[in-house]
Amino acid sequence: MANPTAERLSRDEYFYGHKACAGCGGSLAVRAALKVLGQNAVSVLPAGCMSAVGFNFPQLCFSNNSIISTFAGTASMLTGIEAGLRARGYSDFTAVGFAGDGGTADIGIQALSGAIDRNDNIIYICYDNEAYMNTGIQKSGLTPFGARTTTTPAGANIHGNLRPKKNMFEIAAAHEIPYAATASVGYLPDFIRKVEKAAQIKGTKYIHVIAPCPTGWGIAPDETVEIAKEVVDCGLWYLAEYENGAFTLNHKPTNFTSVEAYLKKQGRFQHLDLDDIKTVIESRDKKWAYIEKNFTYK
Amino acid sequence: MRPYLREKTSFSAAEIPEATAFEAGYLVSVNSGWRSIRPVIDTGRCVGCEQCYLYCPDGVISIQNGRPVIDYDFCKGCGICAKICKIGAIGTEAEHS
Repeated sequence: MANPTAERLSRDEYFYGHKACAGCGGSLAVRAALKVLGQNAVSVLPAGCMSAVGFNFPQLCFSNNSIISTFAGTASMLTGIEAGLRARGYSDFTAVGFAGDGGTADIGIQALSGAIDRNDNIIYICYDNEAYMNTGIQKSGLTPFGARTTTTPAGANIHGNLRPKKNMFEIAAAHEIPYAATASVGYLPDFIRKVEKAAQIKGTKYIHVIAPCPTGWGIAPDETVEIAKEVVDCGLWYLAEYENGAFTLNHKPTNFTSVEAYLKKQGRFQHLDLDDIKTVIESRDKKWAYIEKNFTYK
Repeated sequence: MRPYLREKTSFSAAEIPEATAFEAGYLVSVNSGWRSIRPVIDTGRCVGCEQCYLYCPDGVISIQNGRPVIDYDFCKGCGICAKICKIGAIGTEAEHS
């Protein structure tokens, strides 16, 4: 019984022996993407979990060429690597960046915006674990409403993070980028297909993949994949693509699963009351009304 | 091919990089001490769907002769493989009994 997705991937491992926490969603995203892109991928990692766990000299866990960039400079370093290798006559390579949600939506957004503006031939993958997990779970621009972090603690009056999640996918799309996509490690074949597609497109590609963090989300290490699937099934995340100026929805749940069940499985949402959950459901329904109106579903 | 464990505990001065660059895929320490549970594959029940191989965050499951094999040097015992296996061919046991 063959696995059609596994069959298409390299059997080699390019992210191996890393020191990520057991059950890390981010490391699964990096591993899967590198198995698509192969030995000639040149990866750039800014400050964040994946650089912290991948480069512990002399334990170096990337078996392709990889480099740590400044926190803000993932996209600009990708630009430089792509231009430099091209100038030296190389053509068979992929410049790929793996930045976390903070390194993408907060600290690295300017460099990313610049790279998309220049339409540099790079792939930028944001592994979104919804907070600055590497430094001990501080709120980022992609932390969802209600989540408890060390900088948005939950108390009697304020129930965790007050602000909704920044819409990075549509921010990237608003640049009229050649290709942007959302994904989740819970739907790994979909993510892998999107990386494969991005590798074939010339210009800037942006893929935003939800990658749960057992430590920061307050889940068991073996629940990472399930919870990454459930966030899509309950409608709080969606699988979509932006290409040729149009949005496409890739997966449409017939009935949403319970938002409350999704939230209450996680330590970071334990404090939410019924009003908070109602707010989350209302914002989900508003988002899906927008998706129904502006995205085509195939 | 995947990075493998180098049997080294010390470095000579000549091996230490002068610039901030070093050999890719250079492993000197295992992750097996992290485990509190150990996944065990029942190869008799396994149908070779390779879901465990696909979803392992550490890439420690490889397919040999159509069946998964775990590299216990680097498995952290997260248990994702046991959960993703629909037919229940992967069980877990305590690491230290």
